[in-house]
Amino acid sequence: MEMLNIALPKGRLGEKVYDMFAAAGFECPSIKENNRKLTFENFEAGVRYFWVKPSDVAIYVERGAADIGVAGKDILLEYKPDVYELLDLGIGKCRMAVAAPVGFRDNPSKTLKVATKFSNIAKNYYDSLGREIDIIHLNGSIELAPILKLSDVIVDIVETGRTLYENNLEVVEEIVPISARLIANKSAYKFKGNVIDEILGKLER
Amino acid sequence: MDMYSNGRGAIYRLKRLYESYGYSQYKMSKFEEYDLYVRNKSFLVSDHIITFTDTDGKLMALKPDVTLSIVKNCREVERGVSRVYYDENVYRVPKGAISFKEITQAGLECIGQLDLQSVSEVLMLAAKSLELICEDYVLDVSHMGILSALVDGLGLSVAGKAKLLSYVGEKNVHGISEICADEGLDPDAVKTLVRLVSMKGGCDEMLEILRDTRVYPDACELAKIVSAVCERGGKARIDFSVTDDMKYYSGIVFKGFVKGVPTSLLSGGRYDNLMKKMGKQSGAIGFAVYLDLIGDLDADVNEYDVDTILLYDDSTPLADLMLLADSLRDGGATVRSMRELPDGLKYRRIVDKREGR
Repeated sequence: MEMLNIALPKGRLGEKVYDMFAAAGFECPSIKENNRKLTFENFEAGVRYFWVKPSDVAIYVERGAADIGVAGKDILLEYKPDVYELLDLGIGKCRMAVAAPVGFRDNPSKTLKVATKFSNIAKNYYDSLGREIDIIHLNGSIELAPILKLSDVIVDIVETGRTLYENNLEVVEEIVPISARLIANKSAYKFKGNVIDEILGKLER
Repeated sequence: MDMYSNGRGAIYRLKRLYESYGYSQYKMSKFEEYDLYVRNKSFLVSDHIITFTDTDGKLMALKPDVTLSIVKNCREVERGVSRVYYDENVYRVPKGAISFKEITQAGLECIGQLDLQSVSEVLMLAAKSLELICEDYVLDVSHMGILSALVDGLGLSVAGKAKLLSYVGEKNVHGISEICADEGLDPDAVKTLVRLVSMKGGCDEMLEILRDTRVYPDACELAKIVSAVCERGGKARIDFSVTDDMKYYSGIVFKGFVKGVPTSLLSGGRYDNLMKKMGKQSGAIGFAVYLDLIGDLDADVNEYDVDTILLYDDSTPLADLMLLADSLRDGGATVRSMRELPDGLKYRRIVDKREGR
């Protein structure tokens, strides 16, 4: 039997996603064992799971190392992988937003300095507004940028808004709502479509 | 799985296939005037083009695409069609890559007074091309005329329309519903589109979905073409997630996949709109096979650098050594004669003919 390779995002979201797959009948109990293994197989169910960095799931799926996977909409918008986006799982909900120091006033006569991990999303958003920006690409601690005047605003994921609040920042614009999506490699869907559709059908219920 | 272990072997078979259908080879220069690509930038897979200034001051480019050159140079015939195939290298930055690559591409173009027969034959040739590379293949077929009529009828904003088409390409049904909500459309307005994108059946299901729409004649034509290919053993399927730029493509569009290659290996369609844009009246259809992707299929074919290492020294009679090596080669093995075992070479076995062994 041909195995279906499934890329899960490491972390709490991935564990939640695995529980959804297990409930749909694609269990792999060894995944719950506390060890450093990265791949887990259940030959009877025909599935092989592996944990990858959340931002890499789309690459594994697009390149065919994984047949399907679960990735945040933020990653899909940022990297635009050539994959099928089959289902909004409705979990991992948050929003992509512009945040700025409380009381910030945007001066349109100046180029807006935007710090972000999501350069493409930020560029597309401000392009749609016709606003000239200077993107400062950072890999973490984005909230620090406006505090140290490295940037005027940030474009980042906001879940509860607590980090923003504690650093005297606030959401000034919401760009797009985010949630976890089931994605599939286009070629794999042609040849393993039946089992992918079976999973899809059960997750949709 | 029956497959060709290298791109050159596949090219040879493809050429024979295309010639057997009366196609003649189209040879072209590696260079083309840059202006051609500037005017048709969105037809290209990637924006990046290698340019240089020729001795007469003209800005030239290393071809990033073959079809544009063929369309530009083709002489229109009043009756019938001209059929050409090519096997060329193009230069572009593949998606996700950070530098230029030389990509080997084979394909064909059929230009002229197209009819059902000529279009079906091109689709059949696309199916046969895939079959030559790997028996486990699928040719997904869609129709830009049908898609654009359904999308245009919704009255979406330009941005909404672009977004909708990209969601169609992703089979992203929830995204299509979101656009409806964002643009204040009745969800029923996209019902036909959603059913088309999610359909799993064949021509009959498509005809059923489109029965009461104004694109029904196009759907009937598409069904005839796909059925003709399937009846001749081609593995063609209707899949409306195959989309392409409406500015250039007007009729059927298709993509081919083979098992083991993560992206589409073949891509093509009917591009009458491109012909019009370039001042030509004829219809045109063609496809390209991306032969560089075949490498993904034979990743584990060359497990060893060489099958047999034949060790010799000064005491080994030369004639015996050559005879033995040839007899091993006659048996199908690859043989390398050496004095010493090399470092880092992967081989199946050693035959040691050194003194005393």
